[in-house]
Amino acid sequence: MSADRREWPLYEVFVRGKRGLNHVHVGSLHAADDAMAVRHARDVYTRRNEGVSIWVVRADAITASSPDEKDPMFAPSGDKVYRHPTFYDIPDNVPHM
Amino acid sequence: MTTTPVEPEALEAAFEATIARHDRIEPRDWMPDAYRRTLVRQMAQHAHSEIIGMQPEGAWIGRAPSLRRKAILLAKVQDEAGHGLYLYSACETLGVSRAELTDLLLTGRQKYSSIFNYPTLSYADVGTIGWLVDGAAICNQVPLCRTSYGPYGRAMIRICKEESFHQRQGYELLMTMMRGTDAQREMVQESVNRFWWPALMMFGPPDTDSPNSARSMAWGIKRNSNDELRQKFVDMTVPQAEALGVTLPDPDLRWNEERGHHDFGEPDWDELAAVIRGEGPCNAQRMAHRRAAHEDGAWVREAASAFAERAGAR
Amino acid sequence: MNDEYAGDSSQWAFGTGFEDPLAGVDTTVPPGVDPAELAAYCLMLGDDALIMSQRLSEWCSRAPDLEEDIALANMALDLLGQARLLLTRAAAADPGVVPVLPEGSPVPAEDALAFFRDAEQFRNVRLAEVENGDFAHVVVRLLLFSVARLAVLERLRTSPDQVLAAVAAKGVKEVAYHRDWAGRWFLTLAQGTEESRRRLEAALDALWPYQAELVAPRPGFGVDPATVRDEVDAVLDQVFAVSGVERPDRAPLPGTGGEGAHTGALAALLAEMQVVARAHPSGRW
Repeated sequence: MSADRREWPLYEVFVRGKRGLNHVHVGSLHAADDAMAVRHARDVYTRRNEGVSIWVVRADAITASSPDEKDPMFAPSGDKVYRHPTFYDIPDNVPHM
Repeated sequence: MTTTPVEPEALEAAFEATIARHDRIEPRDWMPDAYRRTLVRQMAQHAHSEIIGMQPEGAWIGRAPSLRRKAILLAKVQDEAGHGLYLYSACETLGVSRAELTDLLLTGRQKYSSIFNYPTLSYADVGTIGWLVDGAAICNQVPLCRTSYGPYGRAMIRICKEESFHQRQGYELLMTMMRGTDAQREMVQESVNRFWWPALMMFGPPDTDSPNSARSMAWGIKRNSNDELRQKFVDMTVPQAEALGVTLPDPDLRWNEERGHHDFGEPDWDELAAVIRGEGPCNAQRMAHRRAAHEDGAWVREAASAFAERAGAR
Repeated sequence: MNDEYAGDSSQWAFGTGFEDPLAGVDTTVPPGVDPAELAAYCLMLGDDALIMSQRLSEWCSRAPDLEEDIALANMALDLLGQARLLLTRAAAADPGVVPVLPEGSPVPAEDALAFFRDAEQFRNVRLAEVENGDFAHVVVRLLLFSVARLAVLERLRTSPDQVLAAVAAKGVKEVAYHRDWAGRWFLTLAQGTEESRRRLEAALDALWPYQAELVAPRPGFGVDPATVRDEVDAVLDQVFAVSGVERPDRAPLPGTGGEGAHTGALAALLAEMQVVARAHPSGRW
């Protein structure tokens, strides 16, 4: 790239919206190092009180399943409907379910 | 894990089936090259528009006439930097880096929205941009929350949520000014006169003259045609203008009972073409500003990279 | 419009949880406090924040990268928020400080103070007003400014004036982040490239004469900045040591902005900042 010899690496950002919730992927950004990435994430992705905790990870450090592997990786869970709460028929008048 | 090779026809069929189900395409899915190219072009152009769009309003942050308005305007222009960033990130999921896209913008090989090549001449323009320009942008953007490419749709959801205050602050500023002095009311009307036609042009050329539209709609990248969105915007804006007490500068603008829509005059498409060609009032200024910021920052970006490398090596 | 959004995005709690820093705070001037002295003190702190915010906001759309553009705007917004609370407090404590506007003008007190005073009536330090330079300049300016402001605000949290104490409590969190931002960038530029180090040292050299004013004695109500001088020196020496930068050996500029001493840059800054407001002294915004 002629414009920039070395672009700052890409980071993925995960924010915990409030206590009790998982960190959720909210987007990405560029930073020169991990510490700067956390600061950038705070400035870019929590301007509206969106979070109480931030994770950042370099995008090139993420290992992903590839589309070719989609079937063997995900098909086994496709038929295990019993893992899902809607599988179970509960009468409407049973509370706290 | 062993994988069996998949035939190109099967990949294409799977892609088309996903589109047909109105499901989302995700970054690691197979997609036709033309789909990828169209997406990158559209998302990049959108990102560039957010970044260049910081300038016309940004010019008034220093002169905002109250501290409340200063805070609102600065927060708004800052949001635009964020929106550009989200959209560049969406492009990066397709393997095009922000540095490459910046280079394409600065060398004039990619465009941004023509509206930002018009000057801002009074503080009323801050209100008018919020009301008309952001209003038009919202018409364009809300359907894009359901666009077929996942990262683009997610960026648009975030952008639309954040933008919900942009249009309202603009309209509220104009309303407040209309309750002020005669000079302020004149300022508002003069500003609306200048921005009305350029705002209509933001939806792009008429459908009959929009070469890429059909395919983008078939792929679910675009959800509505230029003319549909333009009509929707006019119908939405007319009652808002009445409530505000301003006149929209179009003698042909009137309600058409039969169509159930407003009729309106034809924008000057030659003017749009000229602005897109780079002959608008502020094209050169906008590009020079962006280029200077990018070049002035080069030593900073290099210093941070060098520092990080050295720290990583320790 | 919300129904048109696709997908579940409820994890983003947009626009919630905003707090009024003055909610439930007693706004009467406490007994034993001279309202005029309280107002003068709030003006000084408020003007520092306002002028610094104005300079920071000039960076908008000009930063080295989008992320830093957003960071600089955040800091400008923090300081603008502090300025508004402090100017409002000054006006409430002593309405005599507020410039008189035409009969019936709807301009609120904070805006009358910001837009209708002339340069010699501003009480800010000159460090805040000098013209912007390169990115190293804003890093050094913010470092010197926020180290001193944080030390003062920390002590003001126990001010007898409940409003000032509440503003300080909010400000401490903000300015601590500004100091961290500036400190990290100071280190990064000092140890980045030859060019970044050269620029950093040039900025430090240019701005150092304005540093002493931040901790100059100011007797009367409030935390006297002179009482935080040792702490400020210690923090700066630590930053210099970690960065391997020499503490500059340049004489301080005589006088203080608190006594009305300003550079020509302030009048130019105000000419821009005030132009629209002054053209419409009875305007509504």
